[in-house]
Amino acid sequence: MVEGQIPIEEYETGNTKHRWDLKKIKTAHHIVKKYEYKKGKVEKGYANRTLYINLSTNEIKEKKVTEDMKKKFTGGRGFGLKLLWDSIKPTTRWDSIENELIITTGPLCGTTQYPGSGKSLCLTISPSTDIICDSNVGGFFGPYLKFAGFDAIEIQGKAKHDVVIIVDGEKGEIRVETAPLEETNSHLLAEQLTHMYASEDTDKSRQKISVVSAGKGAEHSYWGCLNFSFYDIRRNVPRLKQAGRGGLGTVLRNKNIKAIVAKVEQFDGVSNNPADPVTLAKVGTKLHREIRDLDRYQCNMRAVGTVHLVEIMDEYDLLPTENYRFGSFPKASKIYSPEFFKQFTKIIPDGCWHGCTMACAKTVDGFTVKTGPYKGQKVTVDGPEYETCGCGSNMSLWDPFWILEFNFYCDTYGLDTISTGTAIAFYMEMYEYGILNKKRCDGLELCFGNADATLELMHRIAKGDKAEFIQIAGKGIRRVKDWLIKKGWGDPQLINDCGMESKGLEYSEYVTKESLAMQGGYGLTLKGPQHDEAWLIFMDMVNNAIPTFEDKAEALHYFPMWRTWFGLNGLCKLPWNDVEPANNAETDEPSKVPEHVQNYVDYQNAVTGWNVDKEELILQSERCYNWQRAMNVWMGRGRRKDDWIPYRSMGPVTEMEYNSRKERYDKQLVEKLGLSEKQIEKMDTKEKIQKLYDYRQDQYQKLADAVYYRRGWTPNGVPTPQKMKQLRMDDPKMLKMLQEKIDEDEKAGLSIWGGKYGHGEKPPTIEKHYWEK
Amino acid sequence: MDKPKTVKILKFHPEKCDGCLTCEQACSQVHFKTEEGGDKSAIKIIKQGDSYKMHVCDQRGLCLDMCPVGALTRKKNGVVWLDKKTCIGCQACVGFCPIGAMRKSEARIEPFKCISCGACVRACPKSALELTEVKLDEIPEVVYHKQGAE
Repeated sequence: MVEGQIPIEEYETGNTKHRWDLKKIKTAHHIVKKYEYKKGKVEKGYANRTLYINLSTNEIKEKKVTEDMKKKFTGGRGFGLKLLWDSIKPTTRWDSIENELIITTGPLCGTTQYPGSGKSLCLTISPSTDIICDSNVGGFFGPYLKFAGFDAIEIQGKAKHDVVIIVDGEKGEIRVETAPLEETNSHLLAEQLTHMYASEDTDKSRQKISVVSAGKGAEHSYWGCLNFSFYDIRRNVPRLKQAGRGGLGTVLRNKNIKAIVAKVEQFDGVSNNPADPVTLAKVGTKLHREIRDLDRYQCNMRAVGTVHLVEIMDEYDLLPTENYRFGSFPKASKIYSPEFFKQFTKIIPDGCWHGCTMACAKTVDGFTVKTGPYKGQKVTVDGPEYETCGCGSNMSLWDPFWILEFNFYCDTYGLDTISTGTAIAFYMEMYEYGILNKKRCDGLELCFGNADATLELMHRIAKGDKAEFIQIAGKGIRRVKDWLIKKGWGDPQLINDCGMESKGLEYSEYVTKESLAMQGGYGLTLKGPQHDEAWLIFMDMVNNAIPTFEDKAEALHYFPMWRTWFGLNGLCKLPWNDVEPANNAETDEPSKVPEHVQNYVDYQNAVTGWNVDKEELILQSERCYNWQRAMNVWMGRGRRKDDWIPYRSMGPVTEMEYNSRKERYDKQLVEKLGLSEKQIEKMDTKEKIQKLYDYRQDQYQKLADAVYYRRGWTPNGVPTPQKMKQLRMDDPKMLKMLQEKIDEDEKAGLSIWGGKYGHGEKPPTIEKHYWEK
Repeated sequence: MDKPKTVKILKFHPEKCDGCLTCEQACSQVHFKTEEGGDKSAIKIIKQGDSYKMHVCDQRGLCLDMCPVGALTRKKNGVVWLDKKTCIGCQACVGFCPIGAMRKSEARIEPFKCISCGACVRACPKSALELTEVKLDEIPEVVYHKQGAE
């Protein structure tokens, strides 16, 4: 027997065991609506229909997926965009009755042979941003939804009472049932529903259930995430993965949905009915072998998951510390990956969908909760992932156990760790400057490093505490900034410069001050500052591979399109470049990982039976990417002003920050701004900050110019009807709307380049209406 | 339940082998009800210069931990067993087997492997194969990352 090998049936988590009267809980259910459907077969990756549920009218129907829809929107997030376009209005807000919560799959989702193939894509109008937010998540729900018969589930309206929606692929039945007695918080609710709806009292049966839920925190904040469960037959617990960004869980609870449950009758390795299962198995096995041989020397995902990034980010001055003031910190080694490795349960496999041998989903089992309603209980904590650790450093929490505690409560309360952590870090900085204080924070001493206060804030948000700060705090940075300024408690510019949000969404956990391309990677996005569109820091800052604006614009075209592609297909991005073939560095374009791009070409062809090449993959994305931007424009956003980013993400806001990296910034004043060393000596820090401020703001606008031009948009960032037609996205209503918006911009004098171009500098073009050619 | 302490594994006598591949045919009969051998056989006889070598599972069971659905278990007799009905065809065991002994045929998505049934031993006209009992503890421990891709 191999050392450390634990037979499945013998593993014990040591978690607190709960005994529920499930019969009583289930008897309390009252069926609001039942809808029977004909079970179907998935054909070449598509179930060929979507499910529509209206909780206000109790209408349930099936919608056909047409060939035209596949051609234009591919699937996954693309389908979500199409469904939203057909259902909402430009005035729809997150809590409008017509807002929808959509969970989609994608044609490759549910494949078991290729690692990272179980992602669901969730879309809604976000409470944080008032535009579409898309968020991807692992767990079994997406694949099970498809195998139960649907490429997507679309929920409109609001239920009168708390309900559970069941997609029962075993019976061919959709049910909306009231659910008055269940828990709301996810770690308990997922367990209750998994046991309640499993056909038999076996782990095998429980593994055929997946639950989507949020929690009490999602009810009372804009940070609500969706927890997607995947039952672990070794730990005997339903584990959780999160669709974190943009308040999807808030919308779920606003619709009075306690949970959505998907159940499959059975599935196997060819449930997607792929066109070419032989090639599929070959491509998948090749990647399994690559992970086996190389992961250990590359990212070490199989051992520690994404936490391996903590030490790398710290080393390169990219780990956000004390609300992104610094990129590294002397205490950071306390939360390096070996510290978490000590706590992780070392049993495998840890994939959040079957067959993912990258297996980054680590857990700490038998973790003793220190605070709040579950104090003293032992639980399984899923994670932490890198982003959650980055929240720890951002709040100056340098104890792995507090990060685990933060992680656990975020998950079970249905709070996005990223938004919660980034926002609290901002509140802490405001506390340090006296803009907030104990009284203004309703009794919380919210200073950097105060873990108790952090958790207490979360508990009070989850309880629905009505105190003024607690109420506003849970709505996120943008609302708190406005609130602080309205109260007149601090310098508005300082507040706006420090609050790390763009479009209303909190930043994820990377310091971007020294990488202009990555500032664009956060700012020139569709949904807000999330690293899933582009991660260009190393390419830009470390390797200096994209020095000019044109180079950066090209990267900010290619990579967002490439990364969007994963979301159209129901895939995880990690197996693309978090393991690389041994000879990758010797290829033409190592940053694209050419061999893996070819894998994905072969993979999509093997499932769908199409005959696409790598250029077509980018086109698939470009169609949906432009469509989503156009929808933002339709909703009154999606312009240059909406791509604004806070100065903290561009450069040093405070004197302390400047002086902490003085040598670097002084050098830039000489090399980039052309000041002499003598001039610098005479300047005080404030003046130097101002010089850098003006320079970097202008650099960002010039970058936006180059990117809009490359993407085929107007100088104000609007996708043009010509571009849409070229992509064959020729919906007349959409084209007409775009032309009207462009005309409006012209009239208002907004169709102009944003950069200040001096001697020897040129905007991308001086031609007017360049897009009409 | 008492854990198995021993398991029967195949032992090969290359000096007796003449490369007739009857063993592979017998094996594919067990797994796929065909005498094709080759990719449908869990045992492989490979010509190496003037001699032959055998390539087959040694029941070390590293794959047990790879299976996300628990389709791989160690039976009472010590043999590592793949339950086809439970298997969801992810190929994780195929990709991670350090000696490439978990096999995949184009005939179906679920892999297959040697189950020490002895069909090949009985079929071999030259008695080049035998089943020998070994202690599980003595099967060499292999760590994934030290293995080359073969």
